[in-house]
Amino acid sequence: MSTETKPRSTALVIDDEPQIRRLLRVTLEANGYRVFDAATGQDGLVEAAQRKPDVILLDLGLPDLDGVQVLKRIREWSCAPVIILSVRDQEEEKVAALDSGADDYVTKPFNSAELLARLRAALRHAQPQGADAIFRAGNLEVDLSKRLVFKNGAEVKLTPIEYSLLRLLVTHAGKVLTHRQLLTEVWGEKSVEQSHYLRVHFAHLREKLESNPSAPELILTEPAVGYRLVCR
Amino acid sequence: MTKPERPNPDTLLAALQKEEAGKKRGQLKVFVGMCPGVGKTYAMLEAAQRELKAGRDVVIGYVETHGRKETDALATNFSTIPRLSIEYRGVTLTEMNLDAVLARRPQLALVDELAHTNVPGSRHPKRWQDIQELRDAGIDVFTTLNVQHVESRADTVKQITGAEIRETVPDSVLDDAVLELVDLPPRELVQRLHEGKVYMADRAAAAIQNFFRESNLNALRELALRLVADHVGEDTILFRRTESAAGAWKTGNRLLVAVGPSPLSEPLIRWTRRMADELRCPWLAVHVEGPQSLSEAAQARLSKNLDTARELGAEVLTTTDEDLARGLLRIARERNVTLIVLGKPSGGGWLNRIRSGQFLRRLMQESGDIDLHVVKAEKASVASEKTGWQPVLISTARQYALAAGVIFATGLASLPFASVPRVPGLIFLLVVVLLALFVGRGPVLFAGALSALTWNFFFLPPRYTLFIHSLDDAILFGTYFVVALVLGQLVARIRAQSDAERRREERTAALYELTRELAEAGSRDEVVWQLLGQINRVFHARAAVTFPSGDKLVPHPDNTLILTEKELSVSDWAFRQRKAAGRFTDNLPGAGALHLPLGTERKTFGVLAVGLPEQNLPLAQRDLLETFARQAALVLDRVELRAAAEQTRLFAESERLSRALLNSISHELRTPLAAITSAATALAEVEFPGVESCHRSQASGRLVPPHPGPLPRREGESTIEQQPADQRQMLLAEIQEANARLNRIVGNLLDVARLESGKVVPRLDWHDARDVVQTTLRELHQEMSAHPVKLDLPSDPILIRLDFSLAQHALANLLVNAITHTPPGTPVEVQAKSADSSILLTVSDRGPGIAANFMPRIFDKFSRAPNAPAGGSGLGLTIAKGFVEAQGGSITVENRPGGGATFTIRLPQSERPPIVEAAI
Repeated sequence: MSTETKPRSTALVIDDEPQIRRLLRVTLEANGYRVFDAATGQDGLVEAAQRKPDVILLDLGLPDLDGVQVLKRIREWSCAPVIILSVRDQEEEKVAALDSGADDYVTKPFNSAELLARLRAALRHAQPQGADAIFRAGNLEVDLSKRLVFKNGAEVKLTPIEYSLLRLLVTHAGKVLTHRQLLTEVWGEKSVEQSHYLRVHFAHLREKLESNPSAPELILTEPAVGYRLVCR
Repeated sequence: MTKPERPNPDTLLAALQKEEAGKKRGQLKVFVGMCPGVGKTYAMLEAAQRELKAGRDVVIGYVETHGRKETDALATNFSTIPRLSIEYRGVTLTEMNLDAVLARRPQLALVDELAHTNVPGSRHPKRWQDIQELRDAGIDVFTTLNVQHVESRADTVKQITGAEIRETVPDSVLDDAVLELVDLPPRELVQRLHEGKVYMADRAAAAIQNFFRESNLNALRELALRLVADHVGEDTILFRRTESAAGAWKTGNRLLVAVGPSPLSEPLIRWTRRMADELRCPWLAVHVEGPQSLSEAAQARLSKNLDTARELGAEVLTTTDEDLARGLLRIARERNVTLIVLGKPSGGGWLNRIRSGQFLRRLMQESGDIDLHVVKAEKASVASEKTGWQPVLISTARQYALAAGVIFATGLASLPFASVPRVPGLIFLLVVVLLALFVGRGPVLFAGALSALTWNFFFLPPRYTLFIHSLDDAILFGTYFVVALVLGQLVARIRAQSDAERRREERTAALYELTRELAEAGSRDEVVWQLLGQINRVFHARAAVTFPSGDKLVPHPDNTLILTEKELSVSDWAFRQRKAAGRFTDNLPGAGALHLPLGTERKTFGVLAVGLPEQNLPLAQRDLLETFARQAALVLDRVELRAAAEQTRLFAESERLSRALLNSISHELRTPLAAITSAATALAEVEFPGVESCHRSQASGRLVPPHPGPLPRREGESTIEQQPADQRQMLLAEIQEANARLNRIVGNLLDVARLESGKVVPRLDWHDARDVVQTTLRELHQEMSAHPVKLDLPSDPILIRLDFSLAQHALANLLVNAITHTPPGTPVEVQAKSADSSILLTVSDRGPGIAANFMPRIFDKFSRAPNAPAGGSGLGLTIAKGFVEAQGGSITVENRPGGGATFTIRLPQSERPPIVEAAI
């Protein structure tokens, strides 16, 4: 809905399909990005080093290098947000990429509006956090400095774990958080297998925060990957 | 669209379809019982119930339950065509309403009592004719029949039971039917009769009593068993129809030659063979075993005669009957024999001649339309042994010694009564009668004579002489002598009869056991296993079966008898010559085992080798073994033909599938591609002002058409210029719609490919089943916009280990299926709940439901409901099923009361969910 009016962000597209590269270039340029592209993992690494893009779109199925490998090598020296382009049935690679430092993913065929939203969220998180301690989405309001949560203006009591989970979601609003990331952050490294913790506590969070808990609109499940808090 | 390019499969498919069209006539399945009361109707209803469960349309045309509770209860499961009431001589009778059944057109009709005679005024005089008409209309029929009503067996039954059989069914009706035996041991049947569970229409109680005598029942049981066992199965018939009819008999003739132990039988057998060759017809060699046992020499000659017949290609049968003529005629009728060949009696004593003459006269009187041919046999060179009474006196020495001992002891014990000579006389008489129960005829006669002499010598005055003083005593002695002989004779005969009865019952039981077990055998290994097991039980013998592999015979691994090289070569000979060989035969008799080929007219499958422990093999035993081998061969034949038919079916099926795939995929892919192409070209042709006018939906950023559903295509129309912004939006929406469809198809195809390749490995993890439902519904939000969703979820999490993606896909496919097959506006109900250690996810709609005949195929690949709306490849439910089963779950479908269908995914909750402390 908005065109980027600030200094133009640069985006690097690493994908071996010329048609995808062309389409992404058109879409991104129309929305105010400066676009570079690369057809192989090697070229992508070179481009990334030379252009220092603000955001990178990385295809998982590259001809020369494994997408996760490319990501790891980028992460050695850059913390620019990386968005994974994947196809269906690549859940494991997708999760591996997210756990290795990718910021988000979209599944092909993706729609452009969604891709742009993901890009914006990623770019926002890449910028140094402002003093903005109040988060609002729909009926939800979270005051991170006072550790208070409001639904329709009324305060909601959360358990410490529920609050920790929500705080994580809020600070990464719009981004997907994998099961491993959530478990490690809240329960610690030892608990990465205890996915049932997440199920129960997320069920309770939805019960308390969603206006209709049986059709969640705030806290969304990303099948086989993790959870995402809608930011709008 | 897809022109056939490979001619071969096409012609094959055409041939198959043609064959299918030829088979359109309804199938007939007959539940055969030995007599009323064995539970045929019940068995028929049970079988029909299975068909009903399999989704077939089954109705009752006419079922008579005779008010039996269990049967009544079973019958209520089916819809019944109301019977027709016909007024006849002032009485209202009911019959099957043939026209109503024809109009109803079920897939399967149940019509009890095949042999029933319709009330005068019905369309056909007989019910079997009604059934023919149903079958001609393509309706399958289940029916019931007592063996007594089979035309060829009716006479035999009359002879066995004395009951007149009025209603009969021509054998030809059964020709292409499947027969299923409903069996009940005679004792249980008699008990059922006493409990009043057997219904018999207007018969005098005495007649019933007579009919249901246990000996009758045994004979009827054997008759029913043979009828079913000898019945050529449908597979075989089908095979014969499709194969060239080589080897089929050219005429309706069938010869029977009576074979005895006499050396004169052999030329008779050869003569019959020549005649059968000339007439090109099958022939039987029959021996009727009387109540008397044969001498060992006679036994050996008889075996040789029967072997000769067997080698010359006869079907050899042995039966037991007190009455030679009756036994012969019974077999002749059972086997539809047209001509009986007998030897002309020559030589022998006067007694022999009189007996032969009587025998021939009786045969002539009772043979009816069976011809008799009496052949003068050339005198064979072999010295004929005396026959007739001779064998009667042959018995073991021990029995004579026993008889003598008993008489002597009785004499001693009677000494105290010597003063009244009549008392010892009666005691002797009693002892002789009792002896008859234990020893053979010879010893009984011997005991009678000995006791008479002893009585005379020791007790009748003057004692210690054989001289009789008074006339009274002379008459007394004479009478005693005759009474003792006759009584002894009679008792011995009764005993011989009951022995024969017992032997027959044993044989029937063994045969029944084997037939039943074999009927269940579905593979060659099972046949071998059952056969070897039965031989072990009945004959206490080890046995081996060999099958050809390449150009030699290979023993089956389950064999209980180890075959040496030498025995193997005997088996090999038996296999090649299709004749019995080895011990007890004339071919390679030096072998240790008896080798019987397992063959039918079609081919020889292998060889059965039996290592019998006995020194000699009684004829009845040999006959039973041969019957075993024949039965096993018949089943092997059936197994092989069934496998061949299955192969053909599979081939046709895969052909059908690839055809369906091509048709469905080319259509499914081209439709959205066409939409995209035309919409994109239309967009290219027109210049649109105002880029921002395109409005996006909040939720997904997708372009939303002004109204849901696909739009009518109007490319090239002038309206584009009039309302360019609006049109542009519509065209874009059209492209998105086509895209979504294309994406779904490709996804489905990939899923199916994944399932087919067995690459679906579930990644199980703890999830909240409610989350699966919620996420699926959110992702299908757009597609489901025309259908209100009624969601029923519990308030607490349902923890279960599942593969989230697979479960979500399965559920999504069920939802897409529901909205595709129900009109917009009808609700879709989705529910998740846990029930007895599993999780149930259900999707219910209020659409047209699922047709009963489509139900069994609903999860099949590319199968689409007959009146399904366009679009859809028939893969969605297949994938749903595959994905659910990959996680150890199951998926079912049923029609809902009040219309619509419910699909249920059941996932097992194999692990107890861990407890999570919520408070922390």
